[in-house]
Amino acid sequence: MSGLMTLVSLCYLISAICYVMGLHMMRTPKTARSGNRLSFVGMILAVIMTFLIVLEKNDTTMAAWLVLLVALVLGVGYGVYRARTVKMTDMPQLVSLFNAVGGGAAAAIGTFDYLSKPNGASLAVAFSLPVILDLIIGSITFSGSLIATGKLAGKVSGKPITFPGAKLLNGIVVLIILAAIVMTVGFPTNVWTLVTAIIASLIFGILMTIPIGGADMPVVVSLLNAFTGLAVAMAGFVIDNQVLIIAGALVGAAGTILTLQMAAAMNRSVANIIAGGFGTGDSGGASAADDVPVNVKETSADDIGVQLAYAKNVMIVPGYGLAAAQAQHEVAELAKLLTDNGINVNYAIHPVAGRMPGHMNVLLAEVNVPYDQMKQLEEANSMFENTDVSLVIGANDVTNPAAREPHTAISGMPILDVDKSKSVVVIKRSMSTGYAGIQNALFSDDKTSMFFSDAKKGLQDIIASTKEYLDQ
Amino acid sequence: MSQELYTNLAIFVLSLLVGFEVISKIPATLHTPMMSGANAIHGVVVVGAILVALEADTPTFYVIAFIAAFLGAINVSGGYVVTDRMLEMFSKPKDKDNKGGDK
Repeated sequence: MSGLMTLVSLCYLISAICYVMGLHMMRTPKTARSGNRLSFVGMILAVIMTFLIVLEKNDTTMAAWLVLLVALVLGVGYGVYRARTVKMTDMPQLVSLFNAVGGGAAAAIGTFDYLSKPNGASLAVAFSLPVILDLIIGSITFSGSLIATGKLAGKVSGKPITFPGAKLLNGIVVLIILAAIVMTVGFPTNVWTLVTAIIASLIFGILMTIPIGGADMPVVVSLLNAFTGLAVAMAGFVIDNQVLIIAGALVGAAGTILTLQMAAAMNRSVANIIAGGFGTGDSGGASAADDVPVNVKETSADDIGVQLAYAKNVMIVPGYGLAAAQAQHEVAELAKLLTDNGINVNYAIHPVAGRMPGHMNVLLAEVNVPYDQMKQLEEANSMFENTDVSLVIGANDVTNPAAREPHTAISGMPILDVDKSKSVVVIKRSMSTGYAGIQNALFSDDKTSMFFSDAKKGLQDIIASTKEYLDQ
Repeated sequence: MSQELYTNLAIFVLSLLVGFEVISKIPATLHTPMMSGANAIHGVVVVGAILVALEADTPTFYVIAFIAAFLGAINVSGGYVVTDRMLEMFSKPKDKDNKGGDK
């Protein structure tokens, strides 16, 4: 090892340590931000060292430098611009977009290296296997994440899209991909093998993501995030670069754990989600909850104002509808109004409320909701008995008592025990079912009243009426 | 198996194990920032893009190199910035208390 390569290798090692420590520090809110910055320092170091390598080699054409620098400047400019200007409610789709481009970059590296071998050359398995896996996984995450981005942004229908023959088409695409792997590993290089593998993988990414409903998107984004990590690690094998292997494998493992935890919180298996979700797959047929009589009590902003103004303990239960309506400012305003008048306000946050696990916390933190008012599932459930009014905003399945009964689509899913509080107010746009597609017995409960409204508009009305009663 | 491949494989497997351990105990609150932070780390793909890009010497390779570097740069820069923005919001209320009511 030359002196420079020793320095570079040691610095790569320091970078890897930064990623591991950085991820570790992201486990608690206190050190999370420093953790991310530490990982950023490691990244800068790795990039500087990489430039040292190519400067030392000194066999680069001017055109290549120009292409690289323009690409980097444009990429950084676009990435930073999008990251700085994105609204926090739109953040999940941006993460998914960054994931897509990461997969695309990994696939492009694989393509580059494959094409740089002479056509018809026999490749060692140590090169051919990682290169084809890099291409396939990178292409799948690229197209899959773009579809996920579109679904989260509402540009592609959030509903599961299925069509006749989807399973057959899927099977054919998988066969083509497997054939491409065999062709790459067992036979000399051929451009058409490469092209076929890329096209089949792009199609597979789309086919894999479109049948999945919007509410399951977080799990899919997380899964694709793990995939990208693996694609990057494979790219590391291809170009023999250890920092890519380490960082890629770290993210691959992290993404997998995260995916499993998200799926567990929704009481779904990852396989079940990928296989097409409720209704199309193995949901347990007619469920007990389907028989719930739908006679609900409707209420008005005025009535809710009275209820809140005279309550002692209020629990706010935010859900997907709150995130979709971008009503986090209104919620915080209402909570502040109540708190200022001596009413106890807390938030009960289900692990999968919002568009991504933890998304609700981010949204509420954005509007300066104190961290100690955000109660996680177990703590919140111990508080419902003493809660005078539970205000459910755009949440459905996570409050459905049917989860405690056997043989329903959501049996066994951990839920918020909203029905144990003294009274319940549900703000919701309509009686439509949640993602699970079943009726919610909570809505027809005697102590529940429904306020049919968009979360944002409804909360504004409630704030106005609550003010009136508090001022009296 | 070559020594080089063995080393890389060992690094890969051990990094996977570290990844499982380092992440297994994260509160749900931090799942989204965590996912975003991990997303930024696979932005290290830009290092690979730089390495291959500088070997480019024909139009086809320039195009592929451009794509790799452009996409990788978006991933790494955007990933870190957006994660930092998310995490900034977690620390905001505390900072406010410390400074005492500057609004």
